[in-house]
Amino acid sequence: MTFKSAAARLAAIAVCLGLAAPAFAQADELQEAQQLLKQGQTDRAMERVEQFLKTRPKDARGRFLRGILLTEQNKPAEAIRVFTELTQEYPELPEPYNNLAVLHASQGQYDKARAALEMAIRTHPSYATAHENLGDIYAKMASQAYDKALQLDRNNQAAQTKLNLIRDLFTGAPRPPKIAAAKAEPAKPAPAAAAAAKPAPAAVAAAPAVAATTAVAAKPATTVKEPAKPAAAANSEDAVLKAVEAWASAWSGNDVSAYLARYAPDFKTPDGEPRAAWEADRKAKVAKPRKISVRIESPKVSFADANRATVTFRQHYQSNTFKASANKTLVMIRSGNQWLIQEERIGG
Amino acid sequence: MADPGRKNRRLNRPLLAGALVAAITAAALTPSSTTLALGNRPLLSPAGGLLGPAGGTAAAPEAMLAQTLIAIAGARFDVALAEIDKVLNQHPNFRLAHLIKGDLLMARTRPIGDIGAAPNAPSDRIADLRDEARARLVRHTHERPVNRIPRNLLQLTPDQRHVFVVDTSKYTLYVFENDNGTPRYIADYYTTIGRNGIEKLREGDKKTPLGVYHVTGNLPREQLNRTYGNLSALYGDGAFPINYPNEWDRRRGRNGHGIWLHGVPFDTYSRPPRASDGCVALTNEDLLAIAKHVQVGVTPVIIAEGIDWVDAGSAKATRESLQRTLDEWRRDWESRDTDRYLRHYSAEFTSGKQDLAAWARQKRSINAAKSWIKVGIDGVSMFLYPGNDDLAVVTFNQDYASSNVSNKMRKRQYWQRENGQWRIVHEGAA
Repeated sequence: MTFKSAAARLAAIAVCLGLAAPAFAQADELQEAQQLLKQGQTDRAMERVEQFLKTRPKDARGRFLRGILLTEQNKPAEAIRVFTELTQEYPELPEPYNNLAVLHASQGQYDKARAALEMAIRTHPSYATAHENLGDIYAKMASQAYDKALQLDRNNQAAQTKLNLIRDLFTGAPRPPKIAAAKAEPAKPAPAAAAAAKPAPAAVAAAPAVAATTAVAAKPATTVKEPAKPAAAANSEDAVLKAVEAWASAWSGNDVSAYLARYAPDFKTPDGEPRAAWEADRKAKVAKPRKISVRIESPKVSFADANRATVTFRQHYQSNTFKASANKTLVMIRSGNQWLIQEERIGG
Repeated sequence: MADPGRKNRRLNRPLLAGALVAAITAAALTPSSTTLALGNRPLLSPAGGLLGPAGGTAAAPEAMLAQTLIAIAGARFDVALAEIDKVLNQHPNFRLAHLIKGDLLMARTRPIGDIGAAPNAPSDRIADLRDEARARLVRHTHERPVNRIPRNLLQLTPDQRHVFVVDTSKYTLYVFENDNGTPRYIADYYTTIGRNGIEKLREGDKKTPLGVYHVTGNLPREQLNRTYGNLSALYGDGAFPINYPNEWDRRRGRNGHGIWLHGVPFDTYSRPPRASDGCVALTNEDLLAIAKHVQVGVTPVIIAEGIDWVDAGSAKATRESLQRTLDEWRRDWESRDTDRYLRHYSAEFTSGKQDLAAWARQKRSINAAKSWIKVGIDGVSMFLYPGNDDLAVVTFNQDYASSNVSNKMRKRQYWQRENGQWRIVHEGAA
């Protein structure tokens, strides 16, 4: 099986739809939007599409393109709404189902993705992209199930490398910010690919190794200068520890929003649950207990690269109702001048 | 997440799942075959047709898991996936269910040949889970012992409300209720035993002992936590120590300690069939279910390799012959005729450090000093020893009174059948 990135597949559809309907009146605005999308000018493309939709609010192609653009703008919830409505109004079209699936998958919601793809295939049994995506979803879900069955430690380098092939299916590597993304894919014949490339990354809980490599790949785009290593390491270590302390103190202070703000947008929820579900759970656990005290003992920081660090420490938690000590590992990534938590594990 | 019945599966699934089907069908439907696709290891023998109709109280998750496997065998993959999702909804830590779900999904992308097709997975963990799949399938398909009892259960005392019987060959703990003296099957549970199997001999051999034991303690979760701290996570929701090594084990030089019935760590629903250090582990939910029946110091736990299922009435002959002999022993003791009394003792007799000669000497001297003896016996339990039909464990309340000394105690005797005669090979306080 050849594995194309899901993002590329989503993009391909955008192109097809764009090209498939050139004969429509008033398609000019849409074509222009399409062109802007190719050039990576997402916001301007969106303006055009919204203008177009003012006069033709029910137009399927316009709404579809808007869905693509919302995806590109990293607004998966809105994009999901757009594609969901399209599937409801045009159940015979496989493409909205497919894109809905890609978006669900990007949120780690494989069951939903699977259901959508199965609908796409039901409407168009020979729809190759949906089949291919569905195969990937199955493989991804299988891999998750196996991890749970075998208690594979995702950070066990060996085990994780072995399963990378499967994880790779969907993890279209996280791309650097927009412009870099456009540049990153200059050779792609389908220009919209770059546009759609972004959502997928946010997407899937990339395997650590993948994330690590992408972090490296992303570096040129985000960090231009590379300061002298030792100094940087020392500074960074300080910064990482401060971030950990800030996290602990937000927790201790029942400050839910400050606490949640310490987590990266692509934080891997412990059981792969949706971010919202995880946040709701944490909100309850951080806000409710009284007299929380979270103490960090003997933290050790190691850097995978300049933008990625692993911190292990002993965590002493105490509240009015509960007391526990555990070893904890935080995988932190640098986001601008902040260090955010990408993974949180007991043990290590 | 039911999967609407779709016709158009383009993936090479039928082909691929075929192999899985073959493996599972073989496991489920041909238990007597000696080798099969499930890891090429012989299956456990079936229940032997002795037992009543199926339908006991197989734990729900196991039944659902079995439904999944049966659905796979019938090539109803969507049903299988929906079923396994139900299991996982209820028991998110059921590792075997995750494995099967992985297989069901993986079979849609490429051919798979066996349960546990995870690429490059640690082979020992896969083997463990395959063993569990096999054990649970056998458990699910074997018949429940309605109106049958293990041959070992000769007599319960009125206050022994339940008895546990572990069949290590089926990775199953059976619970029997004492229904006016007749044991009645009420439930059975999947169990984990020692990773090195059975017949525990010595400390650290990671084997489960076979024998007649009793629950000697109750360590609920809080107690475990207080006593053992974080280490106690291994025991899950609680533990019930049993009296290994018992008198018979000690007599045979067996050692080791700390054989318990206990739960499993909270990060897993169950453990593989052979995984403990010799203890009998149950899922936490099952442990809590049997906890309701435990009477510390009272509840018998019989651990056997394979159970001989018999009609409840068939214990009568053996029970009566033992009861008669016990009564003779009692009266012969009261007679103060030491020779008559000693005829009930085997040449192999021991009690503590005493052999038969020392025992005889002591009894003669004691009896000589008395003008009368009265011995009352009640609360008698009798069990045939696992693996030895000529050995019975008899426990009773002894009310001893004599011209110069009286005492009351709970006593245990091991009676051995020698040339058709029951003789005492061990005697001591229970």
